[in-house]
Amino acid sequence: MRIITVDDSSTMRRIIKNTLKKIGYSDDILEAENGKDALDVLSANNVDVIITDWNMPVMDGLTFVKKIRSDKKYDDTPIIMVTTEAAKEDIILALQSGVNNYVVKPFTPDVLKDKIETVLGLKD
Amino acid sequence: MADLNVEWINPFIEATYSIIETVAAVKVTMDKPLKIKESNAVGYDVSGIIGLTGEAVGSIALSFPKKTALKIVSDFTGEDVLGIDNDTMDAIGELTNMIAGRVKKLFADKSVKMKISIPTVILGKGHTINTKKNIPSIEIPFKSEEGDFAILVSLKPNSEQS
Repeated sequence: MRIITVDDSSTMRRIIKNTLKKIGYSDDILEAENGKDALDVLSANNVDVIITDWNMPVMDGLTFVKKIRSDKKYDDTPIIMVTTEAAKEDIILALQSGVNNYVVKPFTPDVLKDKIETVLGLKD
Repeated sequence: MADLNVEWINPFIEATYSIIETVAAVKVTMDKPLKIKESNAVGYDVSGIIGLTGEAVGSIALSFPKKTALKIVSDFTGEDVLGIDNDTMDAIGELTNMIAGRVKKLFADKSVKMKISIPTVILGKGHTINTKKNIPSIEIPFKSEEGDFAILVSLKPNSEQS
């Protein structure tokens, strides 16, 4: 399984990568610093799950998600937003924009595992 | 200078407790009395700063002495951090981002809508933090097992927003 983590913070990309390894999902993890960078990475690579931040320079996570969802190639690619934006209206806006699941920072490995299993249809 | 409303300070204190205790797994307590700042100089070595805009306007800075920063960032990342380099500064920016995000949520619960900026990080003994004129600033000191640190909060209602 290949996962891309999109976050302008190198710390968060490292924490997410280490967490993914810890929960046994993947060591095939791609990285991008913002939405635009991620679109470039995705044009050359297929991924099974997209994990993206919201607040990023150059192209924010919400714009990135909308672009992804407007491309038929990514119709079925699950997107998890991992962000500090925890207000109810922010979560609704993200879900309406095409995000499949939502994780508020800081998170535990179990929470990320649960969200990934949910978007992959591995949970009831 | 206008006073900072206590109801507007509490979300910053609550968010700081919650985030630092979660990521560093340490007990955090408030230290000496809060200080209204006459100048924007902070006594610590490194600060993450985030601007707040919307129905309230201002900023939050999370400031650490070097020793505390290294310990808390080590706890946060799960890696031994020995010096303040770009990765350490990025981690401090992310901690500030998490606190500001929690503050934003707590204000949204009180029907005050705000947006938060991308964090910036300043390094240097006794650096200053730019805050907007006519917005009161208050320093809130904290103690933890990993050392002392503080937040500098500057906030007022935005008269240009309904």
